Amino acid sequence: MNEIRFSGYGGQGIIRCGLITGKAVSLFDNKFGTMTQSFGPEARGSACSSQVVISEDRVLYPYITRPEILVSMSQDAYEKYEPELRADGILIYDTDLVRLKPLRAQIKVYGVPSTRFAEEMGNRIFANLVMLGFFTGISQVVSAEAMKKALPGLVPKRFLELNIRAFEKGYDYGIELLAKEKQEAQKEAKPPEKPPLPEAKKTPPRKAKQ
Amino acid sequence: MKPAVRTGSHYITGDVACAEGAIAAGCRFFGAYPITPATEVAEHMAERLPDVGGTFIQMEDEIAAIASILGASWTGVKTMTATSGPGFSLMMENLGLGVCTETPCVIVNVQRTGPSTGLPTQTGQGDMMQARWGSHGDYELIAIAPSSPQDCFYHTILAFNLSEKYRVPVLVMADEIVGHMSEKVVIPDAKEITLVSRPKPKGRKDRFRLYEPGPNGVAPMPAIGEGYNVHVTGLTHDERGYPSMTVEAQEQMMARLKGKIRNNLDDIIHTEEYLMEDADIVIVSYGISVRTGLTAVDEARKLGYKAGLFRLITVWPFPEGRIKALAKKVKAFVVPELNLGQIRREVERCAFGRAPAIGVPHCGGWVHDPDDILKTIKEAAR
Repeated sequence: MNEIRFSGYGGQGIIRCGLITGKAVSLFDNKFGTMTQSFGPEARGSACSSQVVISEDRVLYPYITRPEILVSMSQDAYEKYEPELRADGILIYDTDLVRLKPLRAQIKVYGVPSTRFAEEMGNRIFANLVMLGFFTGISQVVSAEAMKKALPGLVPKRFLELNIRAFEKGYDYGIELLAKEKQEAQKEAKPPEKPPLPEAKKTPPRKAKQ
Repeated sequence: MKPAVRTGSHYITGDVACAEGAIAAGCRFFGAYPITPATEVAEHMAERLPDVGGTFIQMEDEIAAIASILGASWTGVKTMTATSGPGFSLMMENLGLGVCTETPCVIVNVQRTGPSTGLPTQTGQGDMMQARWGSHGDYELIAIAPSSPQDCFYHTILAFNLSEKYRVPVLVMADEIVGHMSEKVVIPDAKEITLVSRPKPKGRKDRFRLYEPGPNGVAPMPAIGEGYNVHVTGLTHDERGYPSMTVEAQEQMMARLKGKIRNNLDDIIHTEEYLMEDADIVIVSYGISVRTGLTAVDEARKLGYKAGLFRLITVWPFPEGRIKALAKKVKAFVVPELNLGQIRREVERCAFGRAPAIGVPHCGGWVHDPDDILKTIKEAAR
């Protein structure tokens, strides 16, 4: 069973992220996905979130208890929901919108400038799709095919292509990041005989993309 | 015109599934006043009904909303409204009118937390006794409680079928979580859905008596304008439908109103049982609490407790017979519900002291922590 929370501020398409993920696993990945959303005056403009429970069997308890994946697209939401993340959980965040605080040791952290990527594509409204793609690449709890199949009906028809492109942008970035992480892990496992040069490969990933 | 049955797999909320179920069941009139968390039912009906030749009216309030569906039902269409707590309260008087005039209709109550305005955006199951006794007078009706969006689809169809068959308002007692959560809902082919329509009168129009019961105690129902003599009143009436201020007319009318339900309990009462064969601790549950209840039963079984779950799909009329029979062989009933013990008391009444009915009280606003139910199971087993 996977418990996921998408969070950000009202208007970013956070609920949509939950809907797309829930639909993808339920209709195209042959699993069970239950989506619930925060609902109430506190959700408008400030921290807002949607929760998805994914399971091989029927989902009974409809809410997440200790999410293993937290996706944060705003500082407020990050600060509000970070404490509930499992000790060995995964934090996925927008690098331009969230300033990380000191993290618990075992939490894995993956960042993507999703809003900036979306702006580069022409409109920040696609930021949630970049984030969804990145989340799909990193978390591997849902297939990219299922996510893309889930989009029609949940995004406006005339923007379907752009949404798919935004999704793929985030997805590729996530896959690259994972590959890089794997390489580094292998390097650590087999230390080279000579210590590497201090300046070697220090370029931050966001610069590398531009 | 678009197809009424959207065959296929969908990822939708309980509210939307409820609206799709209604349209698949043949509902072609919907009158309502928006209220959280039932607004999405109205929104979806407003979008869908024109597609299938139906009518949607947003009424000025809930009193008018239920009045509109009673009136529309007498023109021969299947009708529904949807509301929540405060709106449900406003509907109570005309709910009685629907019962008294034996008007088929479906009323969806997506429950939130009360009393009064309460927690408008949060869940509750506090209207269960109001559903049974909210209108004045002595009467019978039917109430059904769905636990998931998929249930919302099928149970709304069930509500229409029972409502048409027995000429009685049927309540769909959902709640905010079931109404707002999104899950997969499979809608079958239209031909796989069994639909029931109200019995229609046959024979000579001049000899027609509006409330003369048929074989199952239910009188055939003409539509206004078909040429039958139709006099519909909330006053005590005789079999012709005319007001009659006598004890005899009251007795005859009440016998019919009660009898058509009480004499057909086996057909009306739908329940489900989970791991009940050897269970000595039985959770009795309905609506969203079934899901937390099942989680607790699975946990309890892992720990070696013989726990099972008895699910009320039909909450009213209450399955008295089954509870009575179970009370003779089980150690205890555990009743988790999002109120402080409405159905618990009903279980206690039917158990008649043979087994305790232990509540897992919750004031609403959220669902039970399954651990709290588990704790009660452990205590009950002691």
